[in-house]
Amino acid sequence: MNGLLPELPDGQVRAVLRAPAQALADPCSEVDPRDGSVVTLAADLLATQLLSPGCVGLAANQIGVSARVFSLDVTGHPKARTCHGRLVLVNPVVVTATRLERGREGCMSVPDLTGDVRRASRVTVTGLAPGTGDLITIQTDAFEARALQHEIDHLDGMLFLDRVAGAHALHARQVYL
Amino acid sequence: MTVLAVTVIGRDRPGIIAEATGVLGRLGGNLEDSTMTILRGHFAMVLVVSTDADMGAVEEALASMAEDGSLSVSVRAVPVEPTAQPAGPAYLLSVHGADRPGIVSTLTAVVAEAGGNITDLSTRLTGELYVLLAEVDLPAAADPDVLAQRLRDTAARLGVEVSLRPLDPDVL
Repeated sequence: MNGLLPELPDGQVRAVLRAPAQALADPCSEVDPRDGSVVTLAADLLATQLLSPGCVGLAANQIGVSARVFSLDVTGHPKARTCHGRLVLVNPVVVTATRLERGREGCMSVPDLTGDVRRASRVTVTGLAPGTGDLITIQTDAFEARALQHEIDHLDGMLFLDRVAGAHALHARQVYL
Repeated sequence: MTVLAVTVIGRDRPGIIAEATGVLGRLGGNLEDSTMTILRGHFAMVLVVSTDADMGAVEEALASMAEDGSLSVSVRAVPVEPTAQPAGPAYLLSVHGADRPGIVSTLTAVVAEAGGNITDLSTRLTGELYVLLAEVDLPAAADPDVLAQRLRDTAARLGVEVSLRPLDPDVL
């Protein structure tokens, strides 16, 4: 057990889809958190996320699976305040969302762009733990709140491109080699 | 006092803005509005400048910038337009999907049919992904839900994703 996350098997690193892949635009289906395939999916999401530099979260449809499951870990991120460590939530729901703030977001599935997006900086999110099905309630703020909303948008078939703040709120991702 | 629209388009290099605005400044021009960007490596700038100098003098002064053929410079007189007040609330149209011809023309036509006025627009192509963002003023009489549905129907035919959301005013 690692904080809120039950013990999971070792996952496999999966290929991450890039927009305009159709799987990224389709809403995902709710799944049974106790189903073995969901436990495998949770492990694969974490394995893929951990191997991807700068990736703080990954939704199931980003690896081509239509299931309401995502992984998240903002540990050590400079914009994070509250941090719940390594998480996987099944069938997540945003219960409360307040205090809109603008911030810059990127996405593994839109690797060349970042965007300015207004999101709630205080949220309560519930979801189920993979394997046990235990109800998990996350109250958090700042970057973890933003990341949770970004991942749940994925599960609804939305990208940050759908939420940017204006015609000039998209930016080329700066890569200095 | 005349108001001139100056456009400078061509191969990007350091110093273009400094040269163009320096020339206009020496002619007593006052920059009233300007925008500049780089489109696929091409420098593109539009300036609206008010000046007592006549148009011929401005054209002549800027001509040296176009001499080596790397830049195209144009100067034209424009009428003084009052700053338009939006007729209604502003929305952001976001479109993304696989690049194909006709995305911009087809969807902006749907906006125009609804009386929507696009006040700002940018597009980006990265790899296979095409993104269009447009700020739209809708007349008070237009129903944004009806427009959003028409946009979704049209986008489905184009195989792209579309959303229309109120633009946050971000008042501080």
